[in-house]
Amino acid sequence: MCTYLTEKTPVTGSAKGADGWFALSHAVVYYDHPAHAPAEHTLNIDFSNLGKGPAARVAVELTTESAEALVAAIRTTLGARPL
Amino acid sequence: MYDATMAETIYFPAHGGDVIEGYLARPMSPGPYGGVVVIHHMPGYDRSTKEIARRFASHGYNALCPNLYSREAPGQSPDDAAAAVRAAGGVPDERLVGDVAGAAAFLKSLSTSNAKVGTIGYCSGGRQSFLAACSLELDAAVDCYGAFVVGNPPEGMPLKVGPIVHLTPQLSCPLLGLFGAEDSFPSPEQVAELEQALQQSSKTYDFHTYEGAGHAFFDVDRPSYRPEAAKDGWKRILDFFGRHLAGQGS
Repeated sequence: MCTYLTEKTPVTGSAKGADGWFALSHAVVYYDHPAHAPAEHTLNIDFSNLGKGPAARVAVELTTESAEALVAAIRTTLGARPL
Repeated sequence: MYDATMAETIYFPAHGGDVIEGYLARPMSPGPYGGVVVIHHMPGYDRSTKEIARRFASHGYNALCPNLYSREAPGQSPDDAAAAVRAAGGVPDERLVGDVAGAAAFLKSLSTSNAKVGTIGYCSGGRQSFLAACSLELDAAVDCYGAFVVGNPPEGMPLKVGPIVHLTPQLSCPLLGLFGAEDSFPSPEQVAELEQALQQSSKTYDFHTYEGAGHAFFDVDRPSYRPEAAKDGWKRILDFFGRHLAGQGS
């Protein structure tokens, strides 16, 4: 399926792409066909700077299980941070 | 039989007078040949879609695949271009129709054209093929598992896509639809609803739903590829275009 399931959220931070580090403007999250991962559907995240053109993108494609594990790891890490 | 073909990147006038990129594949014999506008899937103007265009050329059609992401991401890799267009909300319907109209006009302008043009689209392109056939005067259209001809995308999605089944009375040509029984976008229920609309408008159509296949069963590079469905689908496509696009023309 082409699910069209897409969430787009502004983010502040940086990512390292093919041409080095760049400031991020958005994360686009979608569940759809991957371009490379060996699965029919994956949870895909594009960390992008939408003002710097299409190549300002760091892309990941994760299996559903991997995405769930990543969410849990992020929550655990954020939960343990010193306040 | 002389069977040479030629495939190349071209630039042609499209929606709003914009000159956009396209991939043209055509036989080198005098013809005359029907034209096929190949509408790429949501992952973009990629190698596998260009292969489809070359395949049509090898079967005696002038085939042109417009790069629907030309404006947002000229010269970018297909995956980066698809990501940029997704982030921007997708391809607007009005622009798609204009781009297909430009591609059809280009095909008709070729010296080997028989003045007939059809469309074929995959995934989001399936919906766009139906949209084009309801908006333009065409000779044949193929919808390969296009979602949201019927039904709304989930709430809150930023993509500019909505149902277009209400356009069915304006369908200008015969429609071939190829679907997977295990697909959810479109679901078998949505395919049935479209079929009902076609019947109500007394349109000429031919639908096939393949058991054991889901979305993107033609896509040879993905795990969704289903060789048996794809082989039968190609046979039906070539038979359909053979009846409606091939030959001397009017």
